Amino acid sequence: MNFSGLIQDFGPLTIAGLTQGAIIALFALGYTLVYGVLRLINFAHSEVFLVGTYACLIVWGFFGLDQNSATPGMGAVIGYLLIGLVAAILISGVTALAVEVVAYRPLRRRNAPPLAFLITAIGASLFISEVVGVLTHRNQRGVPNLIRPTDVLVIGNMHITNLQILIIGLALVSMFALDQFINRSRLGRGIRAVAQNPDAAALMGVNKSRVIMLVFLVGGLMAGIAAVMYDLKIGVTRFDAGFILGIEAFTAAVLGGIGNLRGALLGGLLLGLVQVYAASLLGSEWLRAAAFIILVLILLFRPTGLLGESLGRARA
Amino acid sequence: MRQVLARAIGGVAIIGLLAGSAACNKDTSSDTATGSNCGYKLAFFGALTGSAANLGVNISQGFELAINQYNEKKGSTCIEVAKFDSQGAAEVAPGVARSLVADKKIIGIVGPPFSGESEAAMPIFDEAGIPAVSPSATRVSLSSKGWKVFHRAVANDDAQGPAAAAYIKDTLKAEKVFVADDQSAYGAGLADVVKSKLGAAVVASDKTEGDGKQADFSALVQKVQSSGATALFYGGYYTNAGLIRKQLTSAGWKGVLLGGDGMKDPGLSKAAGNASAAGTIVTCPCSPPEAAGDEFNTAFKTKWGVPAGTYSDVAYDAANIFLQGIEAGNTTHEKLNEYLSTVNYKGIANTYKFTSTGELDPTLIKVWAFKFNEAGENVADQEIKIS
Repeated sequence: MNFSGLIQDFGPLTIAGLTQGAIIALFALGYTLVYGVLRLINFAHSEVFLVGTYACLIVWGFFGLDQNSATPGMGAVIGYLLIGLVAAILISGVTALAVEVVAYRPLRRRNAPPLAFLITAIGASLFISEVVGVLTHRNQRGVPNLIRPTDVLVIGNMHITNLQILIIGLALVSMFALDQFINRSRLGRGIRAVAQNPDAAALMGVNKSRVIMLVFLVGGLMAGIAAVMYDLKIGVTRFDAGFILGIEAFTAAVLGGIGNLRGALLGGLLLGLVQVYAASLLGSEWLRAAAFIILVLILLFRPTGLLGESLGRARA
Repeated sequence: MRQVLARAIGGVAIIGLLAGSAACNKDTSSDTATGSNCGYKLAFFGALTGSAANLGVNISQGFELAINQYNEKKGSTCIEVAKFDSQGAAEVAPGVARSLVADKKIIGIVGPPFSGESEAAMPIFDEAGIPAVSPSATRVSLSSKGWKVFHRAVANDDAQGPAAAAYIKDTLKAEKVFVADDQSAYGAGLADVVKSKLGAAVVASDKTEGDGKQADFSALVQKVQSSGATALFYGGYYTNAGLIRKQLTSAGWKGVLLGGDGMKDPGLSKAAGNASAAGTIVTCPCSPPEAAGDEFNTAFKTKWGVPAGTYSDVAYDAANIFLQGIEAGNTTHEKLNEYLSTVNYKGIANTYKFTSTGELDPTLIKVWAFKFNEAGENVADQEIKIS
């Protein structure tokens, strides 16, 4: 137990945990959205994220950027970031839709039992991850240094960098936009209606299968944003990058209350913080164990997660 | 139609799974020759896929080159090459080892390259009595397990660890050192030796998850930064090391990353980027590739289209040690193992003589330091003298 280390590094660890937590939270939205509407854990969501991490790298590669290129100028960086984001969002969104159309829709048409969905989800996840593994020879791929982290704000020993602000800021903006979309737009109302009562929604004229596609698409878009931020923060991606982070994101979704958008944000940030604090206090080898101990403890007292399962309720 | 489609996709997924597991055993067999002392197989056992596959592939390529050259000289496929992919994983190794043992034509093994898989697979080879020469497994305790067939053609971490410590003290002159490892048999073993040799200079330590199981090292980075260390020794493989180096550089840490032979691979600079990998020091109980001579290096480049990697030369030597023994008529497991205990073979990378526990003779041990340059290659820095 290294209490003095934790206290001394509390500030920097907090900002590091929040940054990682922001990525986890965006990733977790995909699990939560799909669960909220379909009561189904979409395990292939980790690969929706994975293809996003490669999509932006490939697009940046078209511009001659690789892990060895120098950091471009400010204007160019913003351009590259936007292009990378668009590419990742597009590819992740399309992959999410493809998974729904290929792996889930045929089963739903036949009223397959929930276990069948679980198996196809795992199958789709393995399939995509293995294909990427074969195509990339299971090597790591380095990310160009688009953003050279520099301190923007220094409070005590807490150095907040431009990259950390970008990641946390972008995550919060995306979450806010999604929250508004679900709660205020017409399409969002459709999603909430199907989540609450699919049959009644269908009777009221909501097109269920369109809502389901929309949910997968939106989850994929968020995963695409998370993928770009992951690339920038971690600096490397590989064919199984989605796996561990996917488990963390799923944990975060459960922690906050699966099916609940704000719960995913809370769960993600909390998980990010718990992991770095535990790594500092007990050693990095306990990072994951600590996260799951916290999860079990919270579920013991709040079985539906911190904020409860509530995509369907009028107010998320 | 839709049913057909669903079945087709299911079928593809199953084929994918099968292909993944079928990649384990690749035989390159052709017409078997009937010359004297021919018709046997030598096996490579190690990682051909998996997170640290580059290290295994280097070895298998050196191994295969030696046998091809031998067969060319003989004018027939006298000795066959059998390759077994352990994925470098201790949990995969035993199953693959059993399928190796089942092939009665195999009379010798070059491998396993890593310490963790050695611990898992060697008991099976030992029980079957098949002699093995590892070109790169360096964990100290491997030679004290009582395996009669175990040999290694490199110095163990008792040489590499102190050499790394000596380099940190004498060449880097670092007074504050952070030591971390990946909790693998190899990484933790090496880090422990370094820690005990550096003593009070170690200001803090930490452990990470293994390759591919952790991507965010921000807690480790933070600890290294606040410890004030100017050097970080990491016991682990190039996959994690590249990530750690990149994240340390982004966080503004200016110190030097050091590691053992498991980090001696261009995979490190590919992940981290050449600029941030530059200056990284890796120790290796091996000689610089130049020392193996132009003949080997040219032949290797011609055959594989890539320059010889870490331990390619040692694997080449290990295969040749076996071939010399087979040539002399040692064509049973027992005779070949007996031959290994008395062999004194001068190869391209070193001279080989094994002690009774299968260690390389202490007088033949060499440890070199290599440094990553701005082009992302690791080049010979200096030979480390261990006092």
